[in-house]
Amino acid sequence: MALITYRDALNQALREEMQRDDRVFLMGEEVAVYQGAYKVSKGLLQEFGEMRVVDTPITELGFAGVGVGAAMVGLRPIIEFMTWNFAVLALDQVLNSAAKLLYMSGGQFNIPIVFRGPNGAALQLSAQHSQAFESWLAHIPGLKVVTPGTPYDAKGLLKSAIRDDNPVCFLEGEMLYNTKGEVPEEEYLIPIGKADLKREGEHCSIITSGKMALLAMQAADQLAKDGIKVDVVDLRTVRPMDVDAIKASVEKTNRAVVLEEGWEICGIGTQVVDYIQRDCFDSLDAPVIRVHQADVPMPYAKNLERAAKPDVPKTIAAVRKVMYLD
Amino acid sequence: MATKVFMEALSPTMEEGRLVKWLKNEGDAVKSGDVLAEVETDKAVMELVARGDGVLRKRLIAEGDSKPVGTLVGVIAAADENIDALVAGAASGGAPSGAATGGAASGGTAPAPRPAEAPARAPATQSATAAPPAAPDGAHVRSSPLARRLASEQGLDLSRLQGSGPGGRIIKRDIEAAAVAPAVGTVAAPHPPLAARDFEDIALTQIRKTIAKRLAESIGPIPTFYLTAEFDLTRATEMRAAMLEMGDEFKVSINDILMKAVATALAQHPEVNAHWLGDRIRQHHRVHLGMAVATPDGLIVPVIFDADQKRMSQLSHEARELAKRARERKLKPEEYTGSTFSISNLGMFGIDEFTAIINPPEVAILAIGAAQDVAVPHGDGFVVRKRVRVTMSCDHRAVDGAVGATFLQTLRRLVENPLMLVF
Repeated sequence: MALITYRDALNQALREEMQRDDRVFLMGEEVAVYQGAYKVSKGLLQEFGEMRVVDTPITELGFAGVGVGAAMVGLRPIIEFMTWNFAVLALDQVLNSAAKLLYMSGGQFNIPIVFRGPNGAALQLSAQHSQAFESWLAHIPGLKVVTPGTPYDAKGLLKSAIRDDNPVCFLEGEMLYNTKGEVPEEEYLIPIGKADLKREGEHCSIITSGKMALLAMQAADQLAKDGIKVDVVDLRTVRPMDVDAIKASVEKTNRAVVLEEGWEICGIGTQVVDYIQRDCFDSLDAPVIRVHQADVPMPYAKNLERAAKPDVPKTIAAVRKVMYLD
Repeated sequence: MATKVFMEALSPTMEEGRLVKWLKNEGDAVKSGDVLAEVETDKAVMELVARGDGVLRKRLIAEGDSKPVGTLVGVIAAADENIDALVAGAASGGAPSGAATGGAASGGTAPAPRPAEAPARAPATQSATAAPPAAPDGAHVRSSPLARRLASEQGLDLSRLQGSGPGGRIIKRDIEAAAVAPAVGTVAAPHPPLAARDFEDIALTQIRKTIAKRLAESIGPIPTFYLTAEFDLTRATEMRAAMLEMGDEFKVSINDILMKAVATALAQHPEVNAHWLGDRIRQHHRVHLGMAVATPDGLIVPVIFDADQKRMSQLSHEARELAKRARERKLKPEEYTGSTFSISNLGMFGIDEFTAIINPPEVAILAIGAAQDVAVPHGDGFVVRKRVRVTMSCDHRAVDGAVGATFLQTLRRLVENPLMLVF
């Protein structure tokens, strides 16, 4: 296994899938000549040429729509948003075109498209550029929403997303691009909709996804010093959600903390908690607690931003609380 | 944290208990498991044990008082802990009104509050009084869903447990702790525990259902019929005499021989060694023989478990021991529950024969009269023989006349040829 960055894992996935299928092309702001705002598309223009690696103007709604149209006529577009914060401008194409055409055309047009880009907060990018959109997207029937947290998951899931015959929203993380992890040399795929038990414990389940799984792992390390062993369930895909994995873990530990990057109201965690109360009611020994971003626009000030974000101490406190330790 | 001492259900049928004697004084240090008091139940005098550590700060009822199950009767707490709210709660809401009370103790015997008084109570007092009513379904007990499930699986009564979660919520660890040291208040498992293979459920055939329904309409809830037989005890008497000659340790009574014979016959006739469960008949593979014992307080039926597997000397010893303990009211609940068939012997009262009432859900009972000398035809004349008359009461829903008769046939062979019992 090679130790590579999340950025390189995505790059490998793009390259392999573009080599495998010449209907696959990449389009977005700065993806070609500049090699990607975060260098995810490094080398692709040189290898595949400007017909398949396409720079666009700053017109999110426009190039998202071109992507949907291309998918309708048989191509397999990958639309890169510089961040999902900018994709807000393209939501009409994502929600109303990509997500609904299969249904509204009576099954005549499936839309094999991937919308991808960094999601959520980085550091001090303030209120408009620090938003986590997974719950917005996951709300929509017709979309799949994938949130990989490691290089291994990123590569395997991006390849599956590109091969999927329906729209997939692929949420990366600015702070993740430089993180490193082991990725096999040989080809592999990770199925969409399958969670990964990133750490096995017995006392409490931390159910989370993507970027937050890293926080969960750090919290788990610290909790282990006090003898508290937690399951870390990384959903990896938030729609469709791996209910069986949630159930298996909670039925074992009888306690759960749900950790997510976004806001509290109508967040991903509300859905997780709903599954837990519905399917695991008789296994619960404590109410489920959620850890999430504070219910405010993301502050710019460093100290306030830190206070607003979910973090390791908040996660530890939540675990201790559901274990009736505090 | 204070531990409340409740009047616990110390027998499966106990609804009220009389505190016979306090064994700890106010101010005594107590540990979980220490015996606090002796309580007289509907069946026996039992021990009420502490469920927590600390000091017995308050005894809320006096010796001789009777209180319903679930009444707060004492408080265990740290020496310096404030228990006023708990004690006040007991005084105002601890016991339902109408409970018989003897000498008035401090606070515990006050009548239930009039509704108008209730709102005046402070919230703290309310919460302190929330626990005592023994809600059989745990309705008034704060508990996690998991705790409720585990308690129901293990047959634990949540209202008897102390919760260690927030606000006294009963959680998994409390159930686990209770399972390690089972509360006396839980329904004791029959001894030895019944495993699934110990019996076989027989589905009711249509004809069986019709018989059950029609005969029940005809006579009471249990349509009983009676079969009487007279057994010759000549050989049993000879055997008993021969054994006695070998020494006192071989002494057995005619009743012991009859019990051994009944147990052996039952093992061969599971259709009689059975329970009527309404929608099915449970035939038991093990023979747990109930024996009716008269006590000054009334009838009780202690059980000799696996009676067919026991040697006569063992049966004899156990029967004597159980009868003694029954008369002393020392029987534990598990010693008088779980019988699969019962016998009742009024021979010592000189009763020739009688009918006994079936002990449900059993389907039959055998009434044994006095062994006596009877003139029986022999050749052209008569000879005097020792004989005993037994009458079997049968629940016709489960047992037909011929089935009961066949059982008595087997029993006759065994009683009249007692050497078969050692075969």
